[in-house]
Amino acid sequence: MTDRPLRATFFPMIPNADIPLADLDWTPGVTSRVPFRLYQDEEVRALEGRRLFQGPVWQFLCLAGEVPNPGDYKTTYAGETPVIVTRSEDGALNAMENRCVHKGALVCLDDRGSVKELTCVYHNWLYSLKGELTSVAFRNGVKGRGGMPEDFDMAAHRLRPMRVAERAGLVFGTFAEDAPPLEDYMGSEIVDRLERVLNRPLKILGYHSQYLNNNWKLYVENVKDTYHAGLLHLFFATFRLNRLASEGGVIVSEDGGNHASFSRRRTIHANAEYDDSKLRAARDDVRLADPSLLDSVDEFGDGINVQILSVFPNFILQQVENSIAVRQVLPKGVGETELNWTVLGFEDDDDEMTAMRLRQANLIGPAGYISMEDGAVGGFVQRAIQGAGDDASLMEMGGRDHTSDNTRTTEASVRGFWHAYRAHMGV
Amino acid sequence: MSAFDAELQLRLQDLMARYALTLDEGRFEDWPDFFTGDAVYKIVSSENHAQGLPLGVIDCRGQGMLRDRVMALREANIYEPHRYRHMLMAPVVTGRDGDTVVTETGYHLARIMREGETMLFSTGTYRDRVIEAPDGTLKFAERLVVFDSKRIDTLLVFPI
Repeated sequence: MTDRPLRATFFPMIPNADIPLADLDWTPGVTSRVPFRLYQDEEVRALEGRRLFQGPVWQFLCLAGEVPNPGDYKTTYAGETPVIVTRSEDGALNAMENRCVHKGALVCLDDRGSVKELTCVYHNWLYSLKGELTSVAFRNGVKGRGGMPEDFDMAAHRLRPMRVAERAGLVFGTFAEDAPPLEDYMGSEIVDRLERVLNRPLKILGYHSQYLNNNWKLYVENVKDTYHAGLLHLFFATFRLNRLASEGGVIVSEDGGNHASFSRRRTIHANAEYDDSKLRAARDDVRLADPSLLDSVDEFGDGINVQILSVFPNFILQQVENSIAVRQVLPKGVGETELNWTVLGFEDDDDEMTAMRLRQANLIGPAGYISMEDGAVGGFVQRAIQGAGDDASLMEMGGRDHTSDNTRTTEASVRGFWHAYRAHMGV
Repeated sequence: MSAFDAELQLRLQDLMARYALTLDEGRFEDWPDFFTGDAVYKIVSSENHAQGLPLGVIDCRGQGMLRDRVMALREANIYEPHRYRHMLMAPVVTGRDGDTVVTETGYHLARIMREGETMLFSTGTYRDRVIEAPDGTLKFAERLVVFDSKRIDTLLVFPI
């Protein structure tokens, strides 16, 4: 017998949306301690689906360049909700839930395509590229029999729309009418950091899909965790791409949800904290046989060689040297996550620049010299917390708040994530 | 009947099997020896490949980059202990380009984790350009691994 009553019997048949997770032991306002239950609970997942992913957040959907022409569509997800993004005849971007109003079947079954209208294969109901219901098969019946009731109003039905906003070639969507404008949601500092990298027409170099055996939030935390980069990733530290001692900092948006961390590798000096301590990641006996892997150019002209940016809840922009990618974090149940990478260059890249980006792509992705560990550490946590009960994590590096800082030896942006999470979830 | 080179077929089969066994036994230091000095070794999803997108999961050009992959998996990267078991289909010679033999070989790859789980980790084809080296052995001038599912579970650290 467990000494904690099962929640289902503790609150029998009283679904009260005002008291979510009423038995969650989490002191109000605290973000430096996070109950491990939040990574392993179906009730949490269901609440996130309603309050967070269907709430006033902007979620990254795709690149505008992936649906360049009228009729183009791409399918993706907002949280666990399947979504279609289209370019309609008027040139506008549209996004809508990929769920037929009739029986709830998927309308689009392919990753991408180009069509005149959207067709549900199940009963051949048709929708415009904006998601309006335009045709119901045999609406008037056959030979005077069957068909829809006379008072059936086509105009009253459509695929559930999302609001859409485009910035720097990225398409974001929200289900909430009360979400603030995208730029206000990001905050001006984050918009500036986003457009520092995505400053001209993009070219897609390819995609990665990485499946993580951990809750989605563990990956998002890892991305926001500026403290781990030079410690876990030997490649970063040894080849002096990024050490905590190099000049840099972290910007955290006021609501905590968005962040941008940055560093300048050419400011790395011999550093006592690194060289004298027993850090696994700091080794000087490891050499590359082909150092051209690390050839790079200061293409943005400000010396920043690593910038990691996130927008709550699940968008990431990465610049590691000249390797640029956007990442979309999608929950797939409580303990699984899909991480979709879109690896980018720019339209004005010449062949040499493209070759350099592709060479540096060895640093990132599921087999990336730097990023592969991030695919594994979330699973280490997910498995380790199985017996954690009501225990919580401990994240007090750099204090207990979530303000911007000129050091990355801080967990401020992770706490920021939880600040925003608590606000959206009402927990 | 078109000319079928039985000896070549057997040599190719031997090459493919030795390569797979080398990886399955974890003898990664021997792995670069299967390639020519300026070889291309690239693992790419069928999704990217079909769209003509150049991004690889691993993209090595030349012996140095191959050896760096081995250095990294031995010295740098963090992952749980695991092993591979390759199952190969017979190599099919799809063309000739001068002295280069162009082949395609299907594979199934199981991953065996430290705690005992065996999973079907990857399926796909090797698209190879094979040449005879001066010492008489067959080597890969190019080995393109095109994997069928775009999704990779957790991470990929050992070459396929």
